[in-house]
Amino acid sequence: MSELAIEREIDRTKMSVSDEVAIQITGMNKWYGQFHVLRDINLTVNRGERIVIAGPSGSGKSTMIRCLNALEEHQEGQIIVDGTELTSDLKNIDKIRSEVGMCFQHFNLFPHLTILENCTLAPIWVRKTAKKEAEELAMHFLEKVKIPEQAHKYPGMLSGGQQQRVAIARSLCMKPRIMLFDEPTSALDPEMIKEVLDTMIELAEEGMTMLCVTHEMGFARQVANRVIFMADGQIVEQNEPEEFFNNPQSERTQQFLSQILGH
Amino acid sequence: MSTLTDPPKDSFRLSMLINDTRYRSLTFQALAFLAMALSFWYLGNNLVANLRAAGLNINFGFLGDTAGYDISQKLVEYSNQDSHSSAAFVGLLNTLLVAFLACITATVFGVVAGVLRLSKNWLVSKLMAFYVEIFRNIPVLIWIIIIFTIMTAFMPAPRAFRGDNATATMVFDAFAFTNRGIYTPLPWFSRGIFESQTLNWVLVLLVACGSWFAARRVNVWATAKQEETGERPNTLSMLLGIWLVPFVILMLIMGLSWEYPALKGFNFQGGIKVGGPLIALWFALSIYTGAFIAENVRAGIQAVSKGQTEAAAALGLRPSKVMNLVVLPQALRIIIPPLISQYLNITKNSSLAIVVGYADITATLGGITLNQTGRAIECVLLLMAFYLTASLLISLVMNVYNASVKLKER
Repeated sequence: MSELAIEREIDRTKMSVSDEVAIQITGMNKWYGQFHVLRDINLTVNRGERIVIAGPSGSGKSTMIRCLNALEEHQEGQIIVDGTELTSDLKNIDKIRSEVGMCFQHFNLFPHLTILENCTLAPIWVRKTAKKEAEELAMHFLEKVKIPEQAHKYPGMLSGGQQQRVAIARSLCMKPRIMLFDEPTSALDPEMIKEVLDTMIELAEEGMTMLCVTHEMGFARQVANRVIFMADGQIVEQNEPEEFFNNPQSERTQQFLSQILGH
Repeated sequence: MSTLTDPPKDSFRLSMLINDTRYRSLTFQALAFLAMALSFWYLGNNLVANLRAAGLNINFGFLGDTAGYDISQKLVEYSNQDSHSSAAFVGLLNTLLVAFLACITATVFGVVAGVLRLSKNWLVSKLMAFYVEIFRNIPVLIWIIIIFTIMTAFMPAPRAFRGDNATATMVFDAFAFTNRGIYTPLPWFSRGIFESQTLNWVLVLLVACGSWFAARRVNVWATAKQEETGERPNTLSMLLGIWLVPFVILMLIMGLSWEYPALKGFNFQGGIKVGGPLIALWFALSIYTGAFIAENVRAGIQAVSKGQTEAAAALGLRPSKVMNLVVLPQALRIIIPPLISQYLNITKNSSLAIVVGYADITATLGGITLNQTGRAIECVLLLMAFYLTASLLISLVMNVYNASVKLKER
């Protein structure tokens, strides 16, 4: 994987981690049929943390963050997001989903709606915002991700990087307190990876709590305050980026790092 | 450094007509057109020559002759003293009637079965799979015969309703289910505003149109209100009022009455008779085509990627909203084009009416009229023209609808 140089100075002043707990996972287990995908996951995320989750494919990284907004069901253990326990109760799920934004590898923009309509759909139908207000909000976030001029185009007319930035703006329109990123740059050309990472860095600079499954180790080094390494459905190791990259503890981590950083 | 040059021009050689990709397709198109023109010319010549040899001519004068046969299921006044063209018109309306009814019920069956087949409930989805596989894998002709046989063999004859020890009774004294068909009450107006009952019904239709426009206005208003305040006002009671109040008032003014079917002599008289053949044909076409439509609907919904549903759910939208706002708008564009084909199939399959004696246009114009007058070529030409026109009209209407739901991507 390439180490992407992030050229500009990163403002770490607002990237402070508070003592308040944002997400608490205790003893979580998940099976797909007979296959035990997640084993005994314990994780506490404080507000303001930027966590990068790395690991070989099939290690359960995506599945874990998809459990956090109930896109996947967990069978055992407890997940508390923002003080709400994630159960099969619809009300709790609704509450958590309105607090947690998510970006996907393949953007998943709605192709039948314009960029602006993509961004206003949830505020209008979930938050019951007036249309004009929702549009102003959407334009605000589209300006933030630097594509206000594309507002009236359809997703199919945009490049991959632009689409992913729209997807980020679409999530932000719901004013989430936590953002989940599921390999947001894996489907992008190298040139476009940078524009998406820049957007994510800006979010981090504003103090957003972020969980990010990614292979961008440059991003992990410079933005994350903690890197989690997963393998075979377990959290094998977690540490601050410097320590994680320079002094990996477990053999599995060393092997993984030597493979992705080796060339 | 750029310079202006002419592209090289290669000279045209005859072999390029076959070998050069630029001319090759043109050559073959020209050849195909020539072959087609020749075969049409041959067929036309053949027809004219054979007609002349047999001493026949093409003449549509027979349409004005007295038909001389009765039709039991009819939408307009007709007696056996009327002309062949009137009989054909009765048949035409009957075809359109059964096609229209079957298109509606087939769509309902298909949408319900298609959506339920995707249900997470094992029993429901397997039942729907069973329905689809049973009905689409047995020819519709056999379904028509099966349903007609069940009706005629197991329903009571009208005489079973008579006498002190009658074996069958009417439902609510209003509906009679017999082996000849179903008899229902006929609504009519005792103080109609117009002399003619038909004009009174036109008035009812106009009022319904008015209600429809008013209901649309309410929807526009509700959307505007939602855009302004965010909350969509609950319009259910307003819509109910708009539909019901004018209708009820009109019915009270015109004195809505019911003419009940009653057993007189050997048969039921009065009311509306929905004949057994119509029911069998209608029902068979509906369940048969419904099975195909169910698969179209399932395909359309499944073609919308799972990522769309997940993204919408992650934004906090409830499943019903996800369906209405995200999945269906994308699924419709996949469902509509094959749905057009299914409607055309219904229209053309309705010509199987002849096996149960339903007087559609194939049974009247293409059956009895053809046999009586011997005007085979004229009758078949007219039939072809009718089915072609009807099919093209359905296609046209549905394509306009398709264009309105088409995915705008660029």
